[in-house]
Amino acid sequence: MGKHLVLRLVAKIFIPLILLFALYVQFHGDYGPGGGFQAGVIFAAAFILYALLFGLDHARTVMPPALLQTVAALGVLLYGGVGVASMLLGGNYLDYSVLAEDPVHGQHLGILLIELGVGLTVASVMMVIFFTFTGRRG
Amino acid sequence: MLFGIYSLLSAGIFLVLDALDVAFIEAAVGAGISTVLMLSTLALTERKEKEPRHKAVLPLLVVLVTGAALVYGTLDMPDFGDPKAPVHQHVAPRYIQQSPAEIGVPNMVTSVLASYRGYDTLGEVTVIFTAGVGVLALIADRRRTRRRRRRG
Repeated sequence: MGKHLVLRLVAKIFIPLILLFALYVQFHGDYGPGGGFQAGVIFAAAFILYALLFGLDHARTVMPPALLQTVAALGVLLYGGVGVASMLLGGNYLDYSVLAEDPVHGQHLGILLIELGVGLTVASVMMVIFFTFTGRRG
Repeated sequence: MLFGIYSLLSAGIFLVLDALDVAFIEAAVGAGISTVLMLSTLALTERKEKEPRHKAVLPLLVVLVTGAALVYGTLDMPDFGDPKAPVHQHVAPRYIQQSPAEIGVPNMVTSVLASYRGYDTLGEVTVIFTAGVGVLALIADRRRTRRRRRRG
């Protein structure tokens, strides 16, 4: 624990803020700049910072690779599922207007859901790539 | 390291151009994660290149032909910053005029990206997912591979 004490302490203060900011970027993407891609990368960056300072094993305990792979697939599935849902409700594929009574509300709901899917996939794929690259020895 | 600085600078340029969404991505991906990935790749590789097993003629030919085709494709493009370019005349004015009424999301970038161009974004997410699967398939943990080999 003696090594990089200052860095570790600062990171411990910063990581919750980074995660919170990622969630803000994710769910405020409709109103301000941001969205699923940005939020996913920021979310992953927090865990990559954690892995850089506290070691890969700790990071893997927090975020098990099996969970990450499942979540990466779930994100794409959520995105495609919204498209299928709008088809089942009588619209075109990925036409969100039919998701709610009011077309504009439907668009809001659809955008929120697919941005969530994007965010999940991007965050977990970034972490998967990082963990795989750093976990490989020689 | 230079790549990271370059990305941070271009994020600044995007910021000056009022393209906040792109600046976000550039700062986070280009300056942050790519630099870390580049460094971890450097840690994996060795100092010297291995002797190539094949001659480089065929790959060089493929690269040259592809490059020439791409350059030929750019010849038809409108001039840089031309206001009469199709991209400014075709769908962009419609997005700008109709998106507040049709989508009702204040951030127009989000409405174009997620709703009007939903297919494209689905494709992008699939590309990212495929990249993750590819990395896992190519350089995943060796122990698991060995275990599988023993079983087979």
